[in-house]
Amino acid sequence: MAGRGRGRGRGQMTFNVEAVGIGKGDALPPPTLQPSPLFPALEHRAAPLPGGEEGEYMLALKQELRRAMRGLPYFVKPGAPRRDIERYSDKYQLSSPVDSAIDWNPDWRRLPRELKIRVRRVRKGTTPLVPKQRVTPDKEETIKKLESLEKKEEEVTSEEEEEKEEEEEGKEEEEEEYDEEEHEEETDYVLSYFDNGESFGPDSDDNGDEAVY
Amino acid sequence: MTQAELRLCSLLLQEHFGEIVEKVGNSLLRTGPRPLRLLVGDTGLLPDQVKKALCVLLQHDLVRYEVQPRGSVEYEARSERILRILRYPRYIYTAKTLYGDPGELLVEELLLHGHLSMSCAVARVADRLTETMEDGKTMDYAEVSGTFVRLADTHFIRRCPMVPENPRNAAEPPPPAPALAIADRDMYVVPRLSLAGKGKRRRSCDEEEDGQRKAKRQKQEGGSSEPPPDDGIYWQVNLERFHQHFRDQALVSAVGSRMDQTSSEVVRTMLRMSEVTTASGASHTQPLSSNEIFRALPAGYNIGKQVLDQYLALLADDPLEFVGKSGDSGGGTYTVNLHKALASLATATLESIVEERFGSRCARIFRLLLRKKHLEQKQVEDFAMIPAKEAKDMLYRMLSENLVSLQEIPKTPDHAPSRTFYLYTVNVAAAARMLLHRCYKSAANLMERRQHETRENKRLLEKSQRVEAILASMQATGAEEEQLREVEEMLTGPERQQLENLKRNVNKIDASENQVDETIFVLESFIESTVKRP
Repeated sequence: MAGRGRGRGRGQMTFNVEAVGIGKGDALPPPTLQPSPLFPALEHRAAPLPGGEEGEYMLALKQELRRAMRGLPYFVKPGAPRRDIERYSDKYQLSSPVDSAIDWNPDWRRLPRELKIRVRRVRKGTTPLVPKQRVTPDKEETIKKLESLEKKEEEVTSEEEEEKEEEEEGKEEEEEEYDEEEHEEETDYVLSYFDNGESFGPDSDDNGDEAVY
Repeated sequence: MTQAELRLCSLLLQEHFGEIVEKVGNSLLRTGPRPLRLLVGDTGLLPDQVKKALCVLLQHDLVRYEVQPRGSVEYEARSERILRILRYPRYIYTAKTLYGDPGELLVEELLLHGHLSMSCAVARVADRLTETMEDGKTMDYAEVSGTFVRLADTHFIRRCPMVPENPRNAAEPPPPAPALAIADRDMYVVPRLSLAGKGKRRRSCDEEEDGQRKAKRQKQEGGSSEPPPDDGIYWQVNLERFHQHFRDQALVSAVGSRMDQTSSEVVRTMLRMSEVTTASGASHTQPLSSNEIFRALPAGYNIGKQVLDQYLALLADDPLEFVGKSGDSGGGTYTVNLHKALASLATATLESIVEERFGSRCARIFRLLLRKKHLEQKQVEDFAMIPAKEAKDMLYRMLSENLVSLQEIPKTPDHAPSRTFYLYTVNVAAAARMLLHRCYKSAANLMERRQHETRENKRLLEKSQRVEAILASMQATGAEEEQLREVEEMLTGPERQQLENLKRNVNKIDASENQVDETIFVLESFIESTVKRP
């Protein structure tokens, strides 16, 4: 059959190569024996980026957006791993992310019922009531009120947005809010006294004013 | 879903929402719609983490759910919506140019939070604006709500589908997931709210704190017991409308650079008049008569009626066919050919890519093929006036990149190669899709490179942040110049240099991502216009 003779002429093709433009005796490019290089050499330099006010503003917006999204509760972080030994300063630690609670209050009516999860309102070193409960809203409210009456609550260092969203906040948390520095847990110490240095690291060293690069 | 799209989606999710949401999104994108328990099994995460991730994704409209007949709820990721995250800065900037600072912040808040109720959005934006104003001044809610209403009227924001209100029988079990729906006529209706108030500063001076506390207590007492008046009515950004605006902008600037400023104004007027009357996928706008256009021209342009007619005739005669004449009533009726315009824009993008990547001679061959549609090897050499060897080489390079394809035309039924014509041609739609795929790949590469650069210099970044924090606190407590200088010297010269380099590189990469997204927009709009056939 045609094409069986190997070595009869280099690069025999099934069609007349002249039609495509490869003349007789023309040097064909060498055969490819390996995948193309990962970083091929650039033949032409890329054109410079369009600068200007619009470009600069959008650049700043982009970096600002990235930084802001990291701080929102929608940035889901895995829960802090359990300590092997319970330490006293755990009670006063600034809240670390908890797996079993969600940090913001979505409108549960718009979501499938199976996704309902406890909304975090308090921060506590000891385990709260039944963490993974799926209860109807009114039961949850009474349990919350019981919680707030039984234990002394500390509030998450809240921004104003969170305060506006949480409609069920009682008066107790209000008082906490402006006496934050002084009356929490009836200690005489500022909260940073209980900083045991374990939070040294990239996650918690968030200086909110710096742009994230 | 190509690999490049998947990779870009997962990078975007990881950068903006964290690893857990990325894993969940990845699983949904790669394996399709699945219910919750399969997701938990796939991703290996805790059930609570997966629930949280799904709540976040649903909040931002990146995932949708569907109740299956068996009663389970299946979740499906929306990849095209996830890719829009790349375009957020452009949306916000456009809102700023159209509606000023309140508009910009409203759109930003809506994008950051997915969807918000009007009262919530207005309150947040008023607070943010108040922070930037001088001491003692506050932003009134009325101004922000006014901007909100304008955004809704021009369809830049729209209402989310709502929970059905009709009460079910007590006997029936409640459905596992609500069936959200909204009628078209309600989509842009703003609820009547009397939002009165002023923005609050986050950290006001001491004398104001007491007053604020009292105000806050009253607000809590009044507001905590009842839901806000627009409960259940949420608003989200209408991305389609923004895309329409970008397309109009691109059209107008193309006309402006091809002809002159006045003709671009004419086209802009025509587009503005057809904003609400044109359906989103329409191939051309409704016909507009020359008299109407003349009346609708902006006040500053006092060109005569004859001059306008001449401009319109010029535009209609232009080979690019942006504007077409559809009749003679009313002094001539004209339409803007949207699909043709998108095709021209996409073709221009293709040409420019070929030119930048392969050189101007390749670009000449490419344009020649676009114009003449099908050409043989010999004809290409003749028409382009390029020596045979070079023309051959360039054609093969473009062929290997799939920008150009070969079309066989057999002379005999047995398709014998010696008796077949081989014609080179450019298939614009295929080339556009291929380049779009490359754009996604570039965007993903850029993001990875940026993350790599940041990771490499993490230690240095942290050190500089600490130094800044120390400096700031020292300045607040009033330290001397010498102490400040000592602290500044904690960062050595080479380290500063390194930081400068890092900052410059990251800025360059970010600007490139924005640039790639512009190309993605043009190519995607074109491909969408070719696909949507009624």
